[in-house]
Amino acid sequence: MKTLDHAKVTDAVRVATREVFSMMMGLEVEAEPAYEEANSTGNVDGVVALIGLAGQWTGGGVVQCDAPLARKFYASLLMTECDPANEGISEEVLDAVAEIANMIIGNVKNAMERDLGPIGLGIPSVVYGRNFTTRSAGSNWIVNPFVCDGGRLLVKFCLTPPMNAAGGPAELLGREFPRKHPAIA
Amino acid sequence: MLLDVLIVDDSAAIRKIVQRVLRQAELPLGQIYEAGDGLEALKALESQKVDLILADINMPNMDGLQLLERIKSHDQWKQLPVVMVTTEGSESKVMAAAKMGAVGYVRKPFSAEQFRQTLDGIFAV
Repeated sequence: MKTLDHAKVTDAVRVATREVFSMMMGLEVEAEPAYEEANSTGNVDGVVALIGLAGQWTGGGVVQCDAPLARKFYASLLMTECDPANEGISEEVLDAVAEIANMIIGNVKNAMERDLGPIGLGIPSVVYGRNFTTRSAGSNWIVNPFVCDGGRLLVKFCLTPPMNAAGGPAELLGREFPRKHPAIA
Repeated sequence: MLLDVLIVDDSAAIRKIVQRVLRQAELPLGQIYEAGDGLEALKALESQKVDLILADINMPNMDGLQLLERIKSHDQWKQLPVVMVTTEGSESKVMAAAKMGAVGYVRKPFSAEQFRQTLDGIFAV
């Protein structure tokens, strides 16, 4: 049976994130150690872009950052300036973060398809707020943190395997990451 | 000859970036039109004459492959060159686009040079 290789997911996330940031935004990202997270993200302040993945394997991807970093990403992507007096998040900034998520998660999906077969990519949804929680039924997230331009970006990915013959989810193998971020473990 | 281009993508950010990259590529550009999905693109084609369509695949309402199918089955539009500009890298979808008549494929993320090379192959500019 095909299994999800977490190390391959992390490699694919790092390659895709570096490529998107360098080619489209002229920014460098520095990867931090990956870890595994339960399906509730806890309290979030900032912008979260989510994309569903569908097929035999199902799951999703998330790109998450705080509002100042989201504005920097927008400015870099569009080669423009964000109004420094406006600390809010505009439609344009949300659209930019959604597209960044689309490119990163889409390319991770492309890489994982080589091992797992066809996976459909959904349309991104993006949320901005304070003190909110996201939740996804299914397996745990593989979380890849990055440092970029003085801020912290999280790229999360999860895929749940096809049902086995008994109708239950097939077991995930390769859970080699710690349950919590090393800094708080 | 100036190229009138229709950019079809549900992301306004990507539409702006594609415009910027087209200008950086120093192509002989005429008018640039934008559409947020396949349905908007068909409406634009009914009222505007274009020489090139750059279309995403994953879009709401009508996706890029459905749009391509409609264009290639339309008497007036079937000769229009369509280039897919997309994150979608599934072999099945890329092959489907080629079989349906797409003349090029630019994967996101892209550089201005990659864009230029793809368009060079189409227009020999």
